[in-house]
Amino acid sequence: MSRLLRFHLGLAATGIVLIFALRLIGNDYAWYTGYVILQYVLLSVAWNVLAGYAGYVNFGTAAFFATGAYTTILLTKSLNLDLVLCVLAAGLISGGLGLAVGWLTLRLRGVYFSIATLSLAVVLQTLVVNWSYAGGSSGAYTMRPQGNNLFGNYSEFLFVLMLVLALGAIAAAAWIERSRLGMGLAAIRDDERAAAAAGVPTLRLKLIATAISGAMMGMAGAPLPYYASYLNPEAAFSLTYTINTMAMTLIGGTQSWVGPVIGAVLLSALQQGATVTISSAGNLLIVGGVLILFVMLAPKGILGLVQASRGKGGAA
Amino acid sequence: MSAILEVRGLGKTFGGFTALNDIGLAVAPGERLGLIGPNGSGKSTFVNCIAGDFLNHSGVVLFKDQPLTGMKPHERARLGLTRTFQLPRPFRSLTVLENVAVPLRFSVPPLAMADAEARACACLQLVGLHDKARSYAHSLTQVDLRKLELARALVREPALLIADEVMAGLSHSEVDQILDLLFAQNVRGTAIIMIEHVMRAVTAFSQRLAVFVAGRKIAEGDPRTVLATPEVEAAYLGI
Ligand SMILES: Nc1ncnc2c1ncn2[C@@H]1O[C@H](COP(=O)(O)OP(=O)(O)OP(=O)(O)O)[C@@H](O)[C@H]1O
Ligand SMILES: [Mg+2]
Repeated sequence: MSRLLRFHLGLAATGIVLIFALRLIGNDYAWYTGYVILQYVLLSVAWNVLAGYAGYVNFGTAAFFATGAYTTILLTKSLNLDLVLCVLAAGLISGGLGLAVGWLTLRLRGVYFSIATLSLAVVLQTLVVNWSYAGGSSGAYTMRPQGNNLFGNYSEFLFVLMLVLALGAIAAAAWIERSRLGMGLAAIRDDERAAAAAGVPTLRLKLIATAISGAMMGMAGAPLPYYASYLNPEAAFSLTYTINTMAMTLIGGTQSWVGPVIGAVLLSALQQGATVTISSAGNLLIVGGVLILFVMLAPKGILGLVQASRGKGGAA
Repeated sequence: MSAILEVRGLGKTFGGFTALNDIGLAVAPGERLGLIGPNGSGKSTFVNCIAGDFLNHSGVVLFKDQPLTGMKPHERARLGLTRTFQLPRPFRSLTVLENVAVPLRFSVPPLAMADAEARACACLQLVGLHDKARSYAHSLTQVDLRKLELARALVREPALLIADEVMAGLSHSEVDQILDLLFAQNVRGTAIIMIEHVMRAVTAFSQRLAVFVAGRKIAEGDPRTVLATPEVEAAYLGI
């Protein structure tokens, strides 16, 4: 059996096990918690495609995420489109947004790119606030169907949808790491001028990476209107998404897709626990505290720690 | 056959400062040209204009009779015009082998990973880095970094290589190693512009010599004749 096939089977098996484990618990809260964790897995893996692989820090996670959410709101309202189709459309539109933003800003290197992406969220939020068809500043309601053909429980359906998206993103990220694209992005991350001198079409590869990353983030946001039932611009464009995604990825480690997955699972599980036991305002505090600890003690994240301890063990 | 590289009236300014002024230079296919000049005379700026890293303000650069105007650095590299950086710029998170495989994975048409690694391996053998193929670039010594810089520029068998001070700071025997390497590559058909302060190397290597002083080309021709001209002597005694 090829390594790739084994990897994909492993992902699929993990997904199936997760679904059955949560079925055993069998309450809505379990599906919700799982959904939120997977949403952050998806966002973090997506963010890392640009930050970890190409070395470009995107401060606009919330903008791409909200674009996905509003794609669903608009397509549901205008065409009454099925959520699965909305997710695909959100991928296309957010991917296109990534391409457009990249085209405008990726000529800017390093920190200038980051500043440009930060302003993207502000611009789009202003647009949505003034767009009454999309609900304007007061927001929009989405009627949640009773159930789904395949899943009796709609919460379970949303969970499974996010699970499929997250596992798909992991498979895509793992592929990128081993591909020609991944090698070119790594060269760009290490030294952009040297990459160009070696024949790497730097702008094109960066655009592909922003499009892929943007598309994944948009798909992460697409089910949000159904998950939340009510959505306003403030919630959809919340800086929380941007900060959490960055922190989770950095804490997990940017060297491979494993890092963002570990970071997202650990931190969002911790946050979910804190929301119940302490307060929801404690969430960002937790992330901030853990991030500061890591920046000081383990700047390469959990993956870096693991690699360092393995390296020592191997040398001994 | 006509020149592989032809530069006409090349000019480059930084703000109000003229770094290159009306430079004309031609290199024949397979030629070994030495380019010397005091610090800050514009040699690296010249490389950057030819490689597409800097936009020249005036003049044209023709490579294989084709004007390079508007072409990006990676497009020029793919045409067979490669350069090394004065300060080595390795891909630090990649292995030595991967560093050298990058240009092959991004040539047109691209080589498959296995083929690229095989060819990169052969190239590392040539420059004497094969025993470090699996090391990471950040762990290399100065001389090995220079060899890696050269390997990355040579692996695609370019028609023209511009080597910007690849010998600076190296020991006598290390300079000889690099010289051998450049001679060997030249025998395989690559024209080479060697920019160098190590005069022993330049005089041993160059069939022809050009001298830059303060952004102008003040002399060009047979190395011994050029080095004997009063202007060149003055420029070198001046530093
Ligand atoms: N990016 C830049 N911006 C402003 N000035 C520059 C820039 N690059 C080079 N210069 C200036 O242009 C002049 C020529 O520099 P260049 O690096 O081409 O010299 P060089 O001949 O390569 O010198 P060296 O032998 O020290 O490498 C110098 O005065 C330098 O300060
Ligand atoms: Mg120089």
